[in-house]
Amino acid sequence: MKHTLNLAGRNLFDLDVYTVEEIETIFETAKVMKEINSRDYKKIPTLRGKTVATLFFEDSTRTRISFELAAKRLSADVVSFTTAGSAMKKGESIQDTVYTLNAMGMDLYVVRHSCPGVPQLVHKYSQKPVLNAGDGRHAHPTQALLDMFSIWEKRGSLKGLRIAIIGDILHSRVVRSNLIGMKKMGANVVVCGPRTLMPPKIEEVYGVQCEYDLKTAIKDADVVMGLRMQLERQTEGLFPSLGEYTSRYGLSNKMLEYAKDDVLVMHPGPMNRGVEILPEVADSEHSIIIEQVANGVAVRMALLFLILGGKPGREVA
Amino acid sequence: MILLKNGMVYLSNDKKIIKADVLIEKKVIKKIAPSIDEKNAEVIDCAGMHIFPGFVDMHCHLREPGYTYKEDIASGAASAAKGGFTSICCMPNTKPAIDNLSTLDYIMRKARDVGKTKIFVIGAMSKGIEGKEIANIATLVKGGVVGLSDDGNCIQVAKLQLNVMRYASIYDIPMICHSEDYSLSGDGQVNYGYMSTKLGLPGIPTLAEESMVSRDIMLADVTGSRVHIAHASTKRTVELIRQAKKDGIKVTAEVTPHHLVLNENACDGFDTNTKMKPPLRSEEDRKSLLEGLLDGTIDVIATDHAPHSDYEKELEFMKAPFGVIGFESAFPVLYTTFVKTDLIKLEELIDRMTSKPANIINKEVGELKEGAAADLNVFNLDESFTFDESEILSKSKNSPFIGMNMWGKIYYTMCDGKFTWKV
Repeated sequence: MKHTLNLAGRNLFDLDVYTVEEIETIFETAKVMKEINSRDYKKIPTLRGKTVATLFFEDSTRTRISFELAAKRLSADVVSFTTAGSAMKKGESIQDTVYTLNAMGMDLYVVRHSCPGVPQLVHKYSQKPVLNAGDGRHAHPTQALLDMFSIWEKRGSLKGLRIAIIGDILHSRVVRSNLIGMKKMGANVVVCGPRTLMPPKIEEVYGVQCEYDLKTAIKDADVVMGLRMQLERQTEGLFPSLGEYTSRYGLSNKMLEYAKDDVLVMHPGPMNRGVEILPEVADSEHSIIIEQVANGVAVRMALLFLILGGKPGREVA
Repeated sequence: MILLKNGMVYLSNDKKIIKADVLIEKKVIKKIAPSIDEKNAEVIDCAGMHIFPGFVDMHCHLREPGYTYKEDIASGAASAAKGGFTSICCMPNTKPAIDNLSTLDYIMRKARDVGKTKIFVIGAMSKGIEGKEIANIATLVKGGVVGLSDDGNCIQVAKLQLNVMRYASIYDIPMICHSEDYSLSGDGQVNYGYMSTKLGLPGIPTLAEESMVSRDIMLADVTGSRVHIAHASTKRTVELIRQAKKDGIKVTAEVTPHHLVLNENACDGFDTNTKMKPPLRSEEDRKSLLEGLLDGTIDVIATDHAPHSDYEKELEFMKAPFGVIGFESAFPVLYTTFVKTDLIKLEELIDRMTSKPANIINKEVGELKEGAAADLNVFNLDESFTFDESEILSKSKNSPFIGMNMWGKIYYTMCDGKFTWKV
């Protein structure tokens, strides 16, 4: 282990308050967790007796399962909360929901909500560490960490890499966290999409380059990340048709020729094949999309382990 | 009789502050002079204190009838008195809306019974503030409203707004416009710009305000009615008003303490007490508002006191209602931020919180002079305090200034010769 930083008791609302060294500590720990995930017996007793509550006020498949699997592989008990079938349907507030769960002895909360800022609200009422599993358009820091870990594994570092992120930047929480993290780790990031799907002052907020032409954006890129085009946005008059969108911003083999030869293709999922990314690219040798999913479990194991009091190093294995 | 001795007194006629005594007999200021001796008077030593005319707030929400869990006329008046206000104007977005005589009479009667502050009423522009049909404006004016507004329910259809202004133009009352094009503001929560991008919250563009300000200025020009732009928040709004004034259009404007003091960065951290309409804007906008106030483009400071209960505000940011309270922090916040730092002269600040709003609503209030109603307040400007939630008299505590250290502690407020607040 290179780093021995103690992350015990920390929140993860977003990556802004995490240092480079802390992020690298998470990566180093995730590497060990990944090895555990490759064993026949994928479980270690480290978090035995701890209880992790996953509060998913918004639908999710991969993130929720990934977190729950991560907690279980570390032997934590998992309480899974979804809005459907809960007292929230009867009008209970987040405040009362958290008070109720807290009374039952939760040690950590994983929170997904459609409204930005709810993880902070959960922490305010619980006083327990909170991991943000996606809050509205605001942040999705564990997704960003697994994205960055996937690049870090392949390239050893993010420093100096040109990373192009393409698509609906406006509505993406994944982008916001990735921009903070990738810039922090020394990457040069360019975002690209239609102007109606670009948030204001993005260059100023994140110190990134903003392009509206796909070729310019992915020229000489080391990494190209496509984002899910949220089909429901079509009704908002933000772009005229999926066909026009794909013709201008869809990732095809032809487009990838502008990137570096060994470019990594990524996507946080779920994908709209044939819209933002063509199957020929999603399934190509450049694609590490499936590895991203696998790395998600390892990164979340690392976070739960570090935040619930584990120390990087010999105690892991 | 009450004799306030040795205070630093703001004289409304001269707009200057002198050391003087103030004698009050019954409801009226009988005499202001360097030294008054009156054996029969109750003497209050105001040495080291400032005596100002009672503040006039032309934009607040008292929530009665309909939403008395947030505020009612009595609690709102008490809060206003503690802030040094002796005249306030309540907006018509109550339930039922103030679009009829019985609601208007109810509020005016209740206000008289409470008696802590003079309460003037703003009537609705459209029936039910629904923006569909013109309200019974002549009846409301006859009943005593001092202005017309649909406030947060800003009339979207230009033709209706035109008719309201044209119909009301024969009465010398202001059309108070909350300027917001809903098709542009949509489900916006904070300023469209740096913070909306950083926080991932939908943004309210400045254009949503400016396009409506443009429309209403043009309608005022065409109809000859008086338009008053409520809570201006953007640089271009200030420019539009400045130009309109140059063009001779009858336009006035107000700005709130929170828009003058805070910018959008206050929203970082998702504190719902920073959620308001219009939203806190960029630093450039904030500076323009201050410039506009200083050069007279913006006429008055109004609180837009908008109480909401804690269980409404302590929700997800997107679910919490817009608005913050303002009576009790208004003067100390402005004094601390602008007068103590020499950005605004004390006399100028008092003028913008007294005579100027009184002129717009055509009421002879907010004046400290012989013969005027004894509406005044007494502040110790050399005393600081922390704005503490537990000391707020409003039923609601939704203020972005809680915890702020402020200068200017209020000792007394008097309305019509009676003390309405004492430390």
